[in-house]
Amino acid sequence: MLLSILKVLLFPGLLFLSTYSFLLEYVDRKVYARMQNRKGPPWYQPLADMLKLIGKKVIVPRNAQKFVFAALPTVSLASVCAAFLCAPVWGMTAVTAYPGDLVAVLYLLTIPTLCHFLAGYNSHEVYSTIGAFRTLTQMFAYEVPLFMAFLSPAILAGTWSISGIAAFYHAHPLYTLINLPAFFVSMLTAQSKLERTPFDAPEAETEIVGGALVEYSGRYLAFFRATAITELAAVASVLAALFLPFFSGIAWVDFALYLGKTLIIVLMMVLLRATMARIRIDQTLKFFWSVLTPLAMAQMIINLLLRGLLGL
Amino acid sequence: MSPHDKNKVVVPIGPQHPSLKEPGSFKITLDGEKVERAVVEVGYNHRGIEKACESRNYMQALYIIERVCGICSHAHTSCFCQAFEELAGLEVPRRAHYIRGIVGELERLHSHLLWLGVAAHEIGFDTLFMYTWRDRELVLDLLARIGGNRVNYGVNTYGGVRRDLEPELMQDILLVCDHLEEKLKYYADLAMTETTLIARLKGIGVLTAEDVQKYSAVGPVARAAGIMADTRIIEPYGVYKEIAVTPITDDHCDVYGRTLVRVKEMLEAIRLIRLFVSEIPAGPISVRAPRKLPAGESLSRVEAPRGENVHYIRSTGADMPDRVRVRAPTEANWHGMSHMLEGFQLADVPIIIAAIDPCYSCTDRAIHLVGDGVNQLTDWEQIRLMGIEQYKARGIDPSAIKIREF
Repeated sequence: MLLSILKVLLFPGLLFLSTYSFLLEYVDRKVYARMQNRKGPPWYQPLADMLKLIGKKVIVPRNAQKFVFAALPTVSLASVCAAFLCAPVWGMTAVTAYPGDLVAVLYLLTIPTLCHFLAGYNSHEVYSTIGAFRTLTQMFAYEVPLFMAFLSPAILAGTWSISGIAAFYHAHPLYTLINLPAFFVSMLTAQSKLERTPFDAPEAETEIVGGALVEYSGRYLAFFRATAITELAAVASVLAALFLPFFSGIAWVDFALYLGKTLIIVLMMVLLRATMARIRIDQTLKFFWSVLTPLAMAQMIINLLLRGLLGL
Repeated sequence: MSPHDKNKVVVPIGPQHPSLKEPGSFKITLDGEKVERAVVEVGYNHRGIEKACESRNYMQALYIIERVCGICSHAHTSCFCQAFEELAGLEVPRRAHYIRGIVGELERLHSHLLWLGVAAHEIGFDTLFMYTWRDRELVLDLLARIGGNRVNYGVNTYGGVRRDLEPELMQDILLVCDHLEEKLKYYADLAMTETTLIARLKGIGVLTAEDVQKYSAVGPVARAAGIMADTRIIEPYGVYKEIAVTPITDDHCDVYGRTLVRVKEMLEAIRLIRLFVSEIPAGPISVRAPRKLPAGESLSRVEAPRGENVHYIRSTGADMPDRVRVRAPTEANWHGMSHMLEGFQLADVPIIIAAIDPCYSCTDRAIHLVGDGVNQLTDWEQIRLMGIEQYKARGIDPSAIKIREF
């Protein structure tokens, strides 16, 4: 009991998550800067930014409901942390692996988006309201292909547990190749979920001044920032477990493999971010519904058929 | 008030907004994400430039004119010097014309590179922003070597230029041109092929040829609508009398067209700089200018990177101008702004505003109406007749040219 509590709190749980999120944010910013011919921040910059924000004054808008305004950042950070615990880090099994945890993770990862929406809506300010509605619109665009793309490997593996899926593909490594279209879809939808360029219309700085979080400041904003970077770590970990399930069976080697895989995924996301312009919200909707959703649907049907044909 | 009005929001873009580099107010009435009405309010940056010139002597006024614009300072001084030289009857040496041309084209390069970066930033393409601004540094370094400053070079003076170009400096200009040409070809290629860039720029901020005439738009905005409004071509001055500029137009009529026009103009600027450097004549760089101007008035036009600059000087024979009028290109482009914004999406607003390359503080003027409130109207026909008179005095007879009816 004590051991599992320590696992959740320290390693590979929350302490590791926060450290690794800061590292990933550093990698994200540094590589992005190098791609743009800039020097980029020093390694401690994410931590320094966070500490600075925590020390800043908090201003709550007069029209906002104070409790909701203060609770939303915590709720969104907590849900992302809970989602992260279901991804395998040390070895092939996650800290809290249970049947159906993939579905739970998907729902937990939806909460930050909803919190963003509520935060913007609760701020009662024109930019944040527009940002909030864009956040919600974008969620309706990417949620369907995201769910289908994340569930496709699960359908082939016949289990709804992330650790179970990882174990299945470890036993049948070649089947991973079948899921490549779903990997492509999930990379783009994940980019959209994390509201990164080219899908950052909800927080477009040059149009709506940062969108839903425009009224947030101080430690509340720090919590939302922490949500964003832990979400990056959590999504990268889940993607690594689902689509790059290569394990050795030795716990520390698997841990090294995990670091490598998540880094590769984050680097791919940085590449996407650096090479594209922000597309409009209507273009986002069109792209997701007319390109990615049919692709994800086809992947799902193929996986269903293959499962029958291969006799799994 | 219709029942739908409660669904409409007014979004204030400005006076302070991340997408605006200078204060200016745009009140955008939104229907969903669509812009239904756009009200442009400028005037947050009035500096009293014209009045400041009128209360100083000509030499001091030149320093103020240099500071009308932070980007196209050379175009403004060229224009003002031309007006002065016309009144004073000065013959500017050929070498001075060439040096003005080289600096002017370098300025066009750095202005358009700056614009490309700002435009990329407005549509969230920060990588292109960083790349173009890195390349712009090369041009700025050259300008700093020519004039001692990165933006207000102070090259122009009445009757010529103040600084000569050394041969090794001209070699370095050519080297930078070689380097930039390669990059610019890449950006041109990027503008033609990058999907997200085209998706964001194509079909927005439309201003057709008719609208350009109606709203008197100038510069790349007019050229992107297929109208050859380039003063260097329609009324060549200085070095452009000897070396012709290739006309660059586009028929997209939108922000994408303006981007293509600017990128192609940069390549053209490089071609021109090479020609100027290879054909620059030897000789003096300036002639002595008088302190006082004879009584009279003169109007001069110069093609700045953003469009046509118009400067007007009225002299009473003193060493101070009686009236100075500076019409920066942005002043002509504001009129079509509401028309360009309406009907497009909120997301397009920053890039449509940026697409005219607005220069707020160059533009803001206070207008004092003289008289007892009675309007004075001069119709197009009268203005045209006055124009024909003006040109006849210079030995050109434009009365045979037919103008289009709208």
